[in-house]
Amino acid sequence: MPSTSSINDGKLAPGSTLILVGTTKGAFVLASDASRKAWTLTGPHFPGESVYALAYDERNGRQRTLAATRSFHWGSTVRLSDDFGKSWTGPERQTVRFPEASGLSLVQIWQILPGPADDPDLMWAGVEPACLFESRDAGESWTPVDGLLNHEHRQKWQPGGGGLCLHTIVPHPHDKQRMLIAMSTGGVYRTEDGGKSWRPRNHGVRAEFLPDKYPEFGQCVHKVASHPAKPERLFLQNHWGLYRSDDWGDTWHDVANGVPSDFGFCMQMHPHDPDTVYIVPMQSDQFRCAPDAKLRVYRTRDAGASWEPLTNGLPQERAYETVVRDALTADSHESAGVYFGTRNGKIFGSRDGGDNWTEIADSLPPVCCVKAAVVGGNH
Amino acid sequence: MAISIVLPRALHQYARGSNVVSLDEPCPTVADALASLGARLPAVTDRLLTEQGELRPHVNVFVGTESVRFLDGLETELADGSTLTIVPAVSGG
Repeated sequence: MPSTSSINDGKLAPGSTLILVGTTKGAFVLASDASRKAWTLTGPHFPGESVYALAYDERNGRQRTLAATRSFHWGSTVRLSDDFGKSWTGPERQTVRFPEASGLSLVQIWQILPGPADDPDLMWAGVEPACLFESRDAGESWTPVDGLLNHEHRQKWQPGGGGLCLHTIVPHPHDKQRMLIAMSTGGVYRTEDGGKSWRPRNHGVRAEFLPDKYPEFGQCVHKVASHPAKPERLFLQNHWGLYRSDDWGDTWHDVANGVPSDFGFCMQMHPHDPDTVYIVPMQSDQFRCAPDAKLRVYRTRDAGASWEPLTNGLPQERAYETVVRDALTADSHESAGVYFGTRNGKIFGSRDGGDNWTEIADSLPPVCCVKAAVVGGNH
Repeated sequence: MAISIVLPRALHQYARGSNVVSLDEPCPTVADALASLGARLPAVTDRLLTEQGELRPHVNVFVGTESVRFLDGLETELADGSTLTIVPAVSGG
């Protein structure tokens, strides 16, 4: 246990709160004690490079931050820090690479997810062009999952506005053979055999932009969320559409009950309550800003039966803010912290599950992703 | 045959701090020169070429003062004593 707690020294005491922010021009790290009243910010890390995925991993005695960086010129890679960003490994070789025989080349890494606690060196990455990569050494090296790399639908997956990205990875918490992923476009796919085969699971999810509104696959799913306490139940923010599944993705049902728009990108579970989910609706696909220029987080506490706007402390006038798919997150404190970043470079946080909000940072570059963790919290 | 490859500052860290790499082996084309460079400094060519062996979109390679994009690309022929200069394109973050 460190005797001091300073992110500038690369040390944080147990119970400290960590927010990782990825932007189009680098990453920032914010740290606070458990009270989350004052924050220290470091960065930009990797100035000039975009950072669309960040993760924090405490398994196996590590305190490791992972950052997916993309240089305009030199490509994308995963960098590691074991001191909260004070220093980073810049791997000599670029570690996320498609096999030459695939005909594919990595564009960007969109997601990094630590695996289960009992497999403490396992990690996954979702990338563009859409594929899942796996690491067996805690992010040092990566290999593609063949069942998706060679999927028969690959030629029919089409890039959305952000590119053809695999952005969501949902492993089943109790069955290592089962996993669900989502891509834009392509939709939701699920494996029951540890990644060897993948079947589309989009029944009931609308594809507004296709002549066939309910195809087997091809939907532009923006984010899927689930809670480990109820792993078979899933929530989905679609490119138009807000859905819930109660059967691990076999069927999806509309739950856009009382939201100003069912277009949006991000979606976040409450850390302790499987009935509570957060979203930030956008006006429309043609105007991807907060509806009516009022920045509102919407929360359901009844698994989508109803949604309530959370506005206390958020700007309600001329707030032309955009929150993208990985820019909403939560910590695991008993009183849950919820955080999000905007394309205008603002970070907002709530220490009480969304009831009240404060601006934590401003004037950052456009925010691509926000991740939070409690040091020593095994998250 | 001697070929010189001039690296931009951002890549010096992957070339043991060097800004110029000299190749003495036969390199009839730019692709051959980059293959020789990769055999010696793979971390450099990771950053120049995609997994498919194509020049990354925002990386320019000049033979003398001519960009290979306006010559024969990676198949551009090299003469003894040629200098290749790697230059990041004007794009940036």
